Amino acid sequence: MIPGEHYIALSAIIFVIGGVGFLVRRNVLVTLMSIEVMLNAANLALVAFNRSHLARGAGQIYAGQNHTGQVFTFFIIAAEAAEVAVGLAIVLSLYRLRRTVRSDEADLLKN
Amino acid sequence: MILLGQIFFYISALLAVGGAGAVVLSKNPIRAAMGLLLLILSIAGLFASLHAQFLAAVQLIVYAGAIVVLFLFVIMLLGPSASTPADGRGAIVRTIGGGLFGLTGLLTIAAAVRASMGTPSGYPVGTVDGAYGGIDAFGAVLFSDAIIPFELSSALLMVAVVGAIGVARGRQGVGLTKNERESVASVPEPSMSPTPHSGLYSHESHGSQALVDAPAHGDYADHAATAGASKGHA
Repeated sequence: MIPGEHYIALSAIIFVIGGVGFLVRRNVLVTLMSIEVMLNAANLALVAFNRSHLARGAGQIYAGQNHTGQVFTFFIIAAEAAEVAVGLAIVLSLYRLRRTVRSDEADLLKN
Repeated sequence: MILLGQIFFYISALLAVGGAGAVVLSKNPIRAAMGLLLLILSIAGLFASLHAQFLAAVQLIVYAGAIVVLFLFVIMLLGPSASTPADGRGAIVRTIGGGLFGLTGLLTIAAAVRASMGTPSGYPVGTVDGAYGGIDAFGAVLFSDAIIPFELSSALLMVAVVGAIGVARGRQGVGLTKNERESVASVPEPSMSPTPHSGLYSHESHGSQALVDAPAHGDYADHAATAGASKGHA
């Protein structure tokens, strides 16, 4: 049986990789993908914590074991689909405006 | 059985880290998208090993089926300009920022792992009943405890779709030169052009005065004719 800490450590490593990619890369598409990587790491941590703490909390209607982290992950997936749709629309709009997908050339508000 | 679970976890973890590294390191955005796909598949496997079968299925459908395909669609739409060749601008700042973040994160992980080494696991993975994480139990939670955020997420997706359409469509004539933009702007839009009586009738058609003015019926017919013509023109 894998202890919960291994999942948490893996999630932290993936999150750090995604964060480094977000800071280092300039291609907007790769930046968006790095955000996806970080959100996936957060999802993994939520599900792993949920699996480790199965006791039902107070005030919950559902009678079985606790699903809170999984439901949270479900909503994160929904929010992330929305984020990708709007983000890629912004990328297309930026490309139409500046003919580039570099994040440091999106400087219309500069000066 | 225990050994099999461990092998599965470590292979999935290795593939997930490799996929995340491919996203960050690859120059070609298509390779980055493939790395993201690898990461998503291995995380779906880890979800399944954490007894979250429904989430594993959702991960495969929504991420691998929709999000990665959307990324690939945009990359193919942009063509060769989707990949940005490297130049030295801002390289030092970005390296320092990313390096500091990565170093801090890895040192924190190392410190946490070192501190917890040797102590018994604080989060024992307990036993679950068979229905846990399946679509029955998950749906029961989703429609009892989490019904309000569930409905709100539908509103969020709707607003996101509308916003994505509005942002991606763009305005008419943004990419044109100044003369072209003026020529576009000077063309009268048929539906917006004011007919002589439109303001009058918009006020009076609900009142009693429109019924009193007998000759107005002819103007009504005239107005309807122009409206139909402009509609046909549009």
